[in-house]
Amino acid sequence: MKRRDLLLATIGLLSLWQLAAMLVDQPILPTPLVVAGAFVRELGGALPGHFLASLWRVFASTLLSILLAAPAGLLLGQYPKVNAFFSPVIYLLYPIPKVVFLPIILLFLGVGNLPKIVIIFLILFFQILVLVRDQAAGLRPELIRSVRSLGAGRMALLRFVYLPASIPGILTALRQSVGTAVAVLYVAELFATQKGLGYYIYLNGSTLFNYPAMYAGVVAMSLLGLGLYFSVDFLEKRLCPWMFVK
Amino acid sequence: MIDLNGLTFAYPHGEPIFQDFAWQAARGQAWTVIGPSGCGKSTLLALLTGLLLPQRGEVRIDRQLLTRPRPRTGLIIQDYGLLPWATVRENARLGLRVRNFYGPDGVHAPQDYTRTLEVDRWLERLGLLPFAGQYPGQISGGQRQRTAIARTLALEPDLLLMDEPFSSLDAPTRESLQRLALELWQESGLTMITVTHTIEEAALLGEQILLLSRPPNRQAVIISNPNLLRENYRDTAEYHQLCRELRARLEAA
Repeated sequence: MKRRDLLLATIGLLSLWQLAAMLVDQPILPTPLVVAGAFVRELGGALPGHFLASLWRVFASTLLSILLAAPAGLLLGQYPKVNAFFSPVIYLLYPIPKVVFLPIILLFLGVGNLPKIVIIFLILFFQILVLVRDQAAGLRPELIRSVRSLGAGRMALLRFVYLPASIPGILTALRQSVGTAVAVLYVAELFATQKGLGYYIYLNGSTLFNYPAMYAGVVAMSLLGLGLYFSVDFLEKRLCPWMFVK
Repeated sequence: MIDLNGLTFAYPHGEPIFQDFAWQAARGQAWTVIGPSGCGKSTLLALLTGLLLPQRGEVRIDRQLLTRPRPRTGLIIQDYGLLPWATVRENARLGLRVRNFYGPDGVHAPQDYTRTLEVDRWLERLGLLPFAGQYPGQISGGQRQRTAIARTLALEPDLLLMDEPFSSLDAPTRESLQRLALELWQESGLTMITVTHTIEEAALLGEQILLLSRPPNRQAVIISNPNLLRENYRDTAEYHQLCRELRARLEAA
């Protein structure tokens, strides 16, 4: 996508916001300018700490899910028998909205970072697992045969074929679920914590009634989601240049 | 170079494809294998590669009993053999990378192997240097097949097996690659076995032609093609005569 188009879209959305704020004309919808002021002010206050807490939770859970789901997906994709054994389980678990487990996870894991990381991990894990599995299983047998004929055993196949073949699957899974992950993080941070953007937004909106600060939190959460999305884009261009050539 | 003795092979729950089958090919020869679909051409190649093992009898390559793919055998297949995420140069290096990965263990790489990633000599010989930085999706089918050939030749094989290598290419590209294959065979002195379903290719790439028929194959039917290296062989009466003979034999089979 062109930078110019993105800039124009941003300006368009901000203008709509401005227009809506002028029409509503109430403290619950401040103008972008007021929120920008609050955002800058809050940057000197509590906001960065909450932002980092949320970022850490997303980052840790993403890393954890890649480290566990990618090898598992490769295993399932390579061994049809193992896949046949597990696929009914995955079939049943995959469509369940993982966010409904949040109360249970909170009951078991209590306060702190762990329950938040676990819930996001659950969302990402199944996405990555399924996409990497399908990508590994979809490799043409002719390709495997010809690489084996070059002398490759299982380890070399893993290193030179399955591992690089799984990278697009991991990135696609992240692209698809990064939005959901941030949304669930928000919900998770409403409970049993005093750190994180979810808590910050809720505190300013419902307890302190500091609406500009609340909006600054919403902006920070949006930036977190956008930043993750852009990071996936960036990684894809770096790691999979072959997907972008004509 | 190749010695099949008392070879019997059947897929699970199937009729035998080969039964007590014997066939020899000398070092440095060029053979083509032809027959109707389902005759066992590709099975024979898989047996020679060591990717399939016979139920009875033995496959010997260079006097060694074949029990697993051997490092000095190169295999080129019809298509899909290249890594889509690697450039032409990196694809050509793949075999060397695999060897470097294992080291000279005698199983995955010959024991006298010295580590290298040098493939530019082959890229140049095959006219691929200008495309070395491009991905398989960006180049033509002929260039892709040249890349597969470069990758295999970089491993300095003494036995080259090709499974319908040019059948997905258009006619001019196919002809130029057939000529190239013959040139490389003559230059390198390797043993070359090409499986094909087209009569013309069987006559153009083999000084000996192995004719397979409906399974089970019990006896090797061999047709020799002494004029193979004659200039403009494609246009000679002998070539057309051989094609007619092959066609008649295939129809009878």
